[in-house]
Amino acid sequence: MQGGLKFFPDQASTMAGPVDAFFFYLVGVSVFFTVLIFTLVAVFAVKYRRRPGNEQGAHIEGSKLLEITWTVIPLGLVAIMFFWGAKLYYDQERAPANALDVLVTGKKWMWKFQHSNGRREINTLHIPARTPIKLTMGSEDVIHNVFVPAFRVKQDVVPGRLTTVWFEATKTGSFHLFCNQYCGKDHSRMVGKVIVMEPNEFQAWLAGDTGLPPVASGELLFNQLACNSCHMGEGMLRGPSLAGLHGSRVALLGGGSVIADDDYIRESIVNPAAKIVDGYQPIMPTFKGLVTEEQLMHLVAYVKSLEAPSGAKAGAAETTSGATLAVDAATTAGQ
Amino acid sequence: MTTDSAEPKYPEHTYLNDGYSLKSWLLTKDHKRIGILYLISITFFFALGGLFALLIRLELLTPQGDLMQSDTYNKMFTMHGIVMIFFFLVPSIPAVFGNFLVPIMIGARDLAFPRLNLASWYMYMAGAVFALYAIVSGGVDTGWTFYTPYSTAHADSHVISTAVGILIMGFSSIFTGLNFIVTIHRMRAPGMTWFRLPLFIWAHYATSLIMILGTPVLGITIALVGVERALGLGIFDPANGGDPLLFQHLFWFYSHPAVYIMILPAMGVISEVITCFARKVIFGYGFIATSSMLIAILGFFVWGHHMYVSSQSEYAGLIFSALSFLVAIPSAIKVFNWTATLYKGSITFEAPMLYVFGFIGVFTIGGLTGLFLAALGMDRHVHDTYFVVAHFHYIMVGGALMAYLAAMHFWWPKMTGKRYPEGLAMVGAIAVFVGFNMTFFPQFILGYLGMPRHYHEYVPEFQFLHIMSTAGASVLGVGYLIPGVCFLWSLIHGRNAGPNPWEAKGLEWTIPSPPPTHNFEEIPVVTEEPYQYTSEASSVRHS
Amino acid sequence: MSDTLNGQSRLAHHFVDLQQQKSAATLGMWLFLATEVLFFGGLFVAYTLYKLKYYEAFVAGSHELSITLGCVNTAILITSSLTMALGVYGAQTGRKAFACNSLLATLALAGAFLVVKYFEWSAKFEHHLVPGPDFQFDVTHAAAVVANPELLRIEHVKMFFILYYIMTGLHGIHVVAGIGVIAWLYTQARKGVYSAEYYTPVELVGLYWHFVDIVWIFLFPLLYLLGRH
Repeated sequence: MQGGLKFFPDQASTMAGPVDAFFFYLVGVSVFFTVLIFTLVAVFAVKYRRRPGNEQGAHIEGSKLLEITWTVIPLGLVAIMFFWGAKLYYDQERAPANALDVLVTGKKWMWKFQHSNGRREINTLHIPARTPIKLTMGSEDVIHNVFVPAFRVKQDVVPGRLTTVWFEATKTGSFHLFCNQYCGKDHSRMVGKVIVMEPNEFQAWLAGDTGLPPVASGELLFNQLACNSCHMGEGMLRGPSLAGLHGSRVALLGGGSVIADDDYIRESIVNPAAKIVDGYQPIMPTFKGLVTEEQLMHLVAYVKSLEAPSGAKAGAAETTSGATLAVDAATTAGQ
Repeated sequence: MTTDSAEPKYPEHTYLNDGYSLKSWLLTKDHKRIGILYLISITFFFALGGLFALLIRLELLTPQGDLMQSDTYNKMFTMHGIVMIFFFLVPSIPAVFGNFLVPIMIGARDLAFPRLNLASWYMYMAGAVFALYAIVSGGVDTGWTFYTPYSTAHADSHVISTAVGILIMGFSSIFTGLNFIVTIHRMRAPGMTWFRLPLFIWAHYATSLIMILGTPVLGITIALVGVERALGLGIFDPANGGDPLLFQHLFWFYSHPAVYIMILPAMGVISEVITCFARKVIFGYGFIATSSMLIAILGFFVWGHHMYVSSQSEYAGLIFSALSFLVAIPSAIKVFNWTATLYKGSITFEAPMLYVFGFIGVFTIGGLTGLFLAALGMDRHVHDTYFVVAHFHYIMVGGALMAYLAAMHFWWPKMTGKRYPEGLAMVGAIAVFVGFNMTFFPQFILGYLGMPRHYHEYVPEFQFLHIMSTAGASVLGVGYLIPGVCFLWSLIHGRNAGPNPWEAKGLEWTIPSPPPTHNFEEIPVVTEEPYQYTSEASSVRHS
Repeated sequence: MSDTLNGQSRLAHHFVDLQQQKSAATLGMWLFLATEVLFFGGLFVAYTLYKLKYYEAFVAGSHELSITLGCVNTAILITSSLTMALGVYGAQTGRKAFACNSLLATLALAGAFLVVKYFEWSAKFEHHLVPGPDFQFDVTHAAAVVANPELLRIEHVKMFFILYYIMTGLHGIHVVAGIGVIAWLYTQARKGVYSAEYYTPVELVGLYWHFVDIVWIFLFPLLYLLGRH
């Protein structure tokens, strides 16, 4: 929630509780040692102040026992901090498989969002409560950073690559979204809000004004750019088949392998030479400069939607027909 | 503080009256005079950086941007950072007190390379001229971190002249470090073994290692930024195939250790002052010396903790987190040892000691809040918020600057031969401590609330804490003026100090104040460990 | 040992003896070289990263360099290291003429290195292999040398040349600085300043010159040879 005098941030995501619990552990350790040191210094300063009869200090060169104590105890305490922090980080890095995808583009000095059905928004992001949301983010110019304090999440948005962050809101309401990486003149105005709605209200809102969904827009591009001439069809293709590619492990030319995640697919479009799939000729041209950052995300979304051949064909067919229907809308909506 | 009524005599031949011409100063090869040159130059830059800070705090009184435009504000925090870090904090204690004291403390007549030392000051000044040119001709707005591609392809301000200034200033730092290491290795007086070195020297040795090994990497990185920007090339710009994260890695490879360049010498000062005013030998000499070296070495392998949310690999994050926690331990050891040094001391409370108490307090808080930032899952929330701003000001302003002021008060009588007014100086120390905490403690809360750094405008719910912070800053500002008044007053009205006004141990207190040009009539022979304020007879050795 | 030359003390006031003065100077030079290693280190890191990332382009770029001129320059620099070492030996053993001639030979070789470098660079300029708006790279050149020329991105070849110019340029600046100090050594040596008792400057400049040589020994294979078929 916004407004009012506050000394502690809202807890509005599933991550807020665990992060705050860890925070209180850290505060506890800090307060303990701060009080300990302050008290010792104050007590010693008063008790051993110079006065008649105490003109000279005692000759104490040190104590191995004490040194070991105050090395080992802090080591133990920070070891807990390391593992606790690493555990949280691990959870923060892994979005649940059923997360709703939202595409985010940062540019000086605004945020552009697009939902999976194509609905776009600027600087305001509507999301359903109690549903994991995964942001896939790209930048058109400099480094930006998505930060939602009430959710305790933050991630840089870096030009030249895709980054992701996920959260699950627990409370409805409006929450601040800040750009947290200095990006020039109006950095402090690159501020938006996240509006968390009840899932049924969100569905109603989402249906309100749809453009072309990213998957459909991606498919359209896929055909326009003739990607299908090498990556689609029967028999031996010039390029590897993309069906079921996302999330699978790909063997690379010259040994090694890589998990085909969003950033790998993006890289394969803008810099195909970087990682060639084993068994194929490196003949694909680069598409860098031909497609915008947003279109790249659409292409990635489409490739992700392609399921392995044994999977449901119907779903793909539906997408296709949806795409053809929406062609006019896409051309009029324009880039 | 003392009851002596007879004022000591002012020595006849000192480094200060060995020639009065401008040339005798500008071409001096005397390490003490060069220290004074640095003192004057960095004081100027401290005032300039402070002015920027004042304007920043005034702007942040209200949520709207009403004092200045956003691009002006962006230049303010950038120039505050660049001036304070590169032209005040990095040179501060090493260039002034290191220069003045390193040779004297080890019983040498000068640094190993006096001409190089003078050249270092000129490099510092040349770098300063470029930075000042950037400032007066319109400023620079990239943040002191120069993140690419903003700095190379987007910023519309004086990036190149600032970069050149920092590059040149970097060489000054490198050669100062080189001079210290060679001096400490090769010029120790007979009997001054490694474990008889004052901890101030150990701290400077560790600092110098970072200076000579870290600074060149900053140099080449900042040079590449300049080249990329000047020629429109794409070394770090993703639009031309470059990698912005490579810049961050190279930048923090220096700039994290640079924090230790600022704090290690400060720690050295604390060990000198606390023993003197507690009349005790330092507790755990070996552990404090070793921890300085450990900090310098480990400090080179923690830079990635600035990049947890930059999209560097998860595994890199894990390693950097573990190492960052490890580097906290030697700092903790130092704090415990200083506290233990007070135990069974005979403590007095002159201004330098008050600054030391202040240092221990704020450094403890600053160090502990660093643990929040080293923790992966926590840093995701507090990274680049006011929590970070508060944390590093606790280390750099609370820590390094308070130690710098402790050093100023402690060695001022040695440098000038004059006593400053103790009562007023003590008021100053208290004002600095109170003002500092009022300014920066609210920023921890602001940060956890989610206030991002570098914001010219902010949401209204943060205003109360910003007002608190600005109010504190005004106390802090007055606090900083008080030592200035004390020192200027002492030059005119101060009583003669005599060789050893604090009855302190250490070779610098065995020679007249101010010292003669060649420091020692005869090179001293060292026969005992440092800080022998107590006789061995009363020794209580714990095991 | 003699502490003076023409009545002037070679021992600076703050040293106890010449031995201390010499060991201080030597340590100083080694530390300076450590600094230099890290200075070049940043560039080597950048080079390695981009070479891994843009392998094809870097191989293609590498083929544009003249391996003959590179070899000639390597030979020149190694020889100059030898003549520099002979110069130090000459100073050390008090053979003035020998020392002077060796230093002169080193100067000549260093000059030759720069002349070769000049021809190399000007050839690149003629072929528009200079990063900037005018940059041109004929992809057909790459066809013969790279397995998959389609993959090449001109801007990555440009990256190779950016690093090529910066690295060899920074090395070249070191060579020029070396020429300056060796020339100064030569004039001093002619005056008979150095003797078996005092030859520290010659030795230290020698250290520096060997460092400049070693940097080239790393640059040459990195830029000219690796990835070449």
